[in-house]
Formats: sequence, C-alpha cells, structure tokens
Amino acid sequence: MLLKIDNLYVNYRSYWYTLKVLNGVWLKVERGERVGIIGESGSGKTTLLKTILRILPQNGIISKGEIIYEGRNILKLSDGELAKIRRREIGMIFQDPMAALNPVFKIRDQLYDILKYRMMAEGRNPSSKELYEESLKLFNDVRLPDPDRVLESYPFQLSGGMRQRVMIAMALASAGKLLLADEPTTNLDVTIQDQILKLIHRLVIEKNLSTILVSHALGMVYHMTDKVYVLYAGDIMEEAGTKELFNKPKHPYTQLLIASTPRLSSIGVGEGIKGKLPDYRNPPAGCRFSPRCPYVMDKCINTKPGRIQLNNEHVVSCHLYD
Amino acid sequence: MKETSTNEVRFLELEKKVKRENWRRMWFRFRKSKLSIVGLSIILILLLMAIFAEYIAPYPSHAGLYIAFKNAYKPPSLEHFLGTDMYGRDVFSRVIFGFRYAFMMIGLVLLLVVPTGVVLGLIAGYYRGTFIETLIVRLSDIFISLPPLVLALSIASILEPNIFNAMMAVSLMWWPWYVKLTYSMTVSLRNEPFILAAESQGASTLHILFRELLPIQLGTILTKVTLDAGWVILIGAAISFVGLGAQPPTPDLGTMVSEYSKYLPEYWWMSLGPAAGIVLIILAFNLLGDGIRDVFAGE
Repeated sequence: MLLKIDNLYVNYRSYWYTLKVLNGVWLKVERGERVGIIGESGSGKTTLLKTILRILPQNGIISKGEIIYEGRNILKLSDGELAKIRRREIGMIFQDPMAALNPVFKIRDQLYDILKYRMMAEGRNPSSKELYEESLKLFNDVRLPDPDRVLESYPFQLSGGMRQRVMIAMALASAGKLLLADEPTTNLDVTIQDQILKLIHRLVIEKNLSTILVSHALGMVYHMTDKVYVLYAGDIMEEAGTKELFNKPKHPYTQLLIASTPRLSSIGVGEGIKGKLPDYRNPPAGCRFSPRCPYVMDKCINTKPGRIQLNNEHVVSCHLYD
Repeated sequence: MKETSTNEVRFLELEKKVKRENWRRMWFRFRKSKLSIVGLSIILILLLMAIFAEYIAPYPSHAGLYIAFKNAYKPPSLEHFLGTDMYGRDVFSRVIFGFRYAFMMIGLVLLLVVPTGVVLGLIAGYYRGTFIETLIVRLSDIFISLPPLVLALSIASILEPNIFNAMMAVSLMWWPWYVKLTYSMTVSLRNEPFILAAESQGASTLHILFRELLPIQLGTILTKVTLDAGWVILIGAAISFVGLGAQPPTPDLGTMVSEYSKYLPEYWWMSLGPAAGIVLIILAFNLLGDGIRDVFAGE
C-alpha cells in the first residue's frame, strides 16, 4: 500500500462561514496502480490532491483524518520531511500549465531548481552540466523537440502543448513513486489533449509510477486507470475497478454521471442531472446527493450512508444497498 | 560516448550564449528610451564628479570653512561659473561637493530602507493570516503615521542636528512604504498556481520568498527605488532648509539653498547653483526610473 487516505475532512474557513468541503474521504493507492477520480466541477477533486501534498491555501483546514504515505502520516510530518517527499517521491501536474510556471524565469532556471532540489535531497551536489543532461533526458521523455530553445524560453514564449509537456517534465523530475495529475488536459485543444494523455499513459507504465488522475473526462479515465473513485460534493460515492464501474455502476449518481456524458454515437444530448451541487456552508446532513437523487428515501436525508462492500473490488456508499 | 561529447559542446555553447544574452536583452530594452539614457548619463557624470570632487572642483578648499571677503558677492564669470557667496567661496565648487553629500544621503537611506522594507513585506505577505502579518503591518502603520519633519525635529533636539541623524529620521518613516508595496504584491501572488507548484516540488520557504516572489516584484521595487532617490534628496534638502540637517559650513545642497536664500533676489546666483543641482539630480533619477521600468516591463 503506497497511499491510504482515511476519513479525511477538509474545511475552507472564511470570516463569515466555513465551507465543509471534504466529508470523510477515503482512498487507497497500491504500488504501480493507476487510480482515477471523477466527479463534476466543484466536488473537491483538486482539494483532495492539494491536501495530499499539503498545499492547501491558508484558509484550508484539515479538521480530521489521516493520509498514510508509506506508513507515515503526511499530515503529521515536519516541514523538512515533507519537503523530502515532495522533492523526490510525489510529483503533481497542474491544471493550467500557463499559471503553474513562474512567468519571470526561463524554463531552464525553473527546471534546474527542481532538479537541484531533488538531487540535493538524494545527497548529491549536481554541477550545471549534470543538470543540463538531466533536463535533456526529461525533455526526451516528454517528447519535447528542440530542448535548447525550450530551456532558454520564458513560459509565455511556448505553446500550450509545449508548456504542458514542460509541466509534465517538471512533475516527473520529482515523481519517484507517485504522480498526481489534476485535469492535465482541460486547458488544451483536442489534438494536443490526445497526445498529452498518451504521453502520460506511456510514462506511467514505463516508469511504473502510481498515479492519481483527476478528471471529468470519463473516456480518458476509462482508458487510463485501473480503479476509479466517484467523488460528489466531498463524499466518495463509489469505488470500483474501472471496467466494473463503467459497465455496472451501482450508485445513482454514477449512473446519472455516465448517462449524461455526451457521446458521438447517441442522438441528442444526455439527460444530465437535475439540480446543482449543495451549498458547502450548510450541506445536507445525510447523503450529500440526496437532494438530487431520483431514488431518495427518508433515511437518506438524515443518515450518512456507510461503505457497503458489494464484492472485492466494488464499494458503494448508498442506502439503496443496505 | 559520442552522444555525451556532443552534449558537452552544446552545453558549453549554451552557457556562454545565455550569459551574454541576458545582459544584451536588458540593455536593448533600456536603450529604447532615449530619456532614460540621458538620466543614466547625468547620474554617472554627477557620481564621478562627487567621487573626484577634490580634483574637479576649481577651488576645493572653498567647500568648508573658508573666508576671503575681497571675493565676496561676485556674479558668475569665467573664473567662478556660479559666482561667489558672501564669504567669497566659489559656489560651483561647493555644489560639486554638495553632490557628494546628496549621493551619501541616497545611499545611506536606501541601504537602510529598501532591504528592511522588502524583506519584512515579503514575510508579512507570505505569512498572511498569522500574527506575524499583523505585527509587521501594524508596526509599519505606526511608523507611517509619524510625520518625517516632526520626527527629524525631535531626533535633532535629542541628539545633535547633523546630516546622519536627519537621514536616520527619514529612514525611520520610509521603510514602511516598502513593506506596504511588497506586502500587497506578495499577498496577491501568494496563491498563484506557480507558487503552489513550487511548494509541491518541495521548495523551501526561503526559496519561495526570494526565488519566486521577490524576482517578480523586482521591477516595481527598483522603479520605486530610483524614484525615491529623488525624494530622499528633496526631503534631505527640506530638513536642511529648516536647519535640522547638515549644519553650515557643510556643503550640503539643501543647507546651501537655505543659507543663500537670505541674499535673494540681488545675489540670485548663490541659490541658483545648489537649487539647479537639486533639480538636476532628482530629474536624472526620475528619468532613470522610467528606463528601469521598461527593462522589467517586458517580462
């Protein structure tokens, strides 16, 4: 077991109210396993990833729970130990490659810093020649043409696809064991999306990395993951092997989510799910999906459903299966 | 084997090219504005004059206490470019020595003020929402609310009135402005994705503060520094004018204006020299400030 999150509660606090975002999330990642998290925008997917690396904004409070990474609780680590993990074991690809690169430094300076930090965490003191060769290797991994020019460019001089490749190279530089990808293709056009996905897919298999892929592009999750978690309004609704989940979704939310995906083969647009995400200031006490659920029962409104194990790779959190 | 050797050649070439290009690019941007070149040249000339004042000034001994009444009240001539004052001292020589004091004031104040203010501002912005932020921001508010002239007055009455104490007083009210500037920029940059990205890569707090947050703000800070250089001269002159700064016979530009203004309007050349000196130095720094802004604006 590489990463195990249990009973995680995260709130965003502001002066007037508290947003109760993550509501007892659980998650398990085995070594070499590729895990997907799906759910609509605003359901807490990015918050979950940020919590794993402890890079929540200052008003994000982790009120309960534990994140066990290789037997150690990340939430209790000292800054120094956490920095070591960030530098060489976990890497993260951010949503917006433009915003995630510092605009006033050349790619070279930014990438060298990351490599330097990682090598220093490994107890080496790299020369600038080593750094250069290491970056060539990384750029080759992410199929970036003309590495010398890229190194000497500022982020704004590169195209969206190239920036995302640079971001992936940077994430790879510090991802020894686990790669977190936060909607890596949302801001790219479709042809580039496809290339980037194939790239990530290939790299993950080549380097035998565990991955957590966050996305609302279901097709991409279907092809790239072994296991999927469905997150809705900060609650894990369902956990299952990818094939199992897409073929036999059990939770009403998962069923609706899959049904509402627009398909080229179908006629017209899907049904969609009526209603919207609950107000995080005062979320439903029971199942957070209950206000929108077509099968809602009395106990859904006040009691939070537990985890119900359907078979060895399928867990659902819904009163329908009690 | 062959691969590494070509890599090595490429690497060495790249290293050289980068160092050259960075400076070239900055100079290219700076050069585009003719006025900033003018500003820079004026400052360089004045600086050289200040450093080599003993050799450049026609009458170096006239800078301090020197009396020759037979030469007093001479209007500008070839012998004395800016005329002579009531003691027969050459005003031009005194102005050249005045530049030396002006640059000393700028150097002293900015050296005290800029690092303190910038570092405190970065820290306050980075630790937003904690007591560190409250402490630094409120403290700077207190200092901002003290009027500089009154502060200089009280410091001068406690200690002796001289140029050093006057500059201390100016510095004391000046650093909070740099805190405010960097603080507000840091706060808005603090949660930018690239800062989170750096944190996610395991960057230390020092790295975030000085390698990520500071360089973005450097252009703004440097522009403010050059514009402030002019202000330091102006405030220094004001303090000297009311008699709390440099004392006669120190050839400070402000002190000289204050001394010689008693002889206006008949002996206009006396105050003209130091006044023009003040205008020139402030103007040059303002022009330079525009140029520096252009250098950083492109990025």
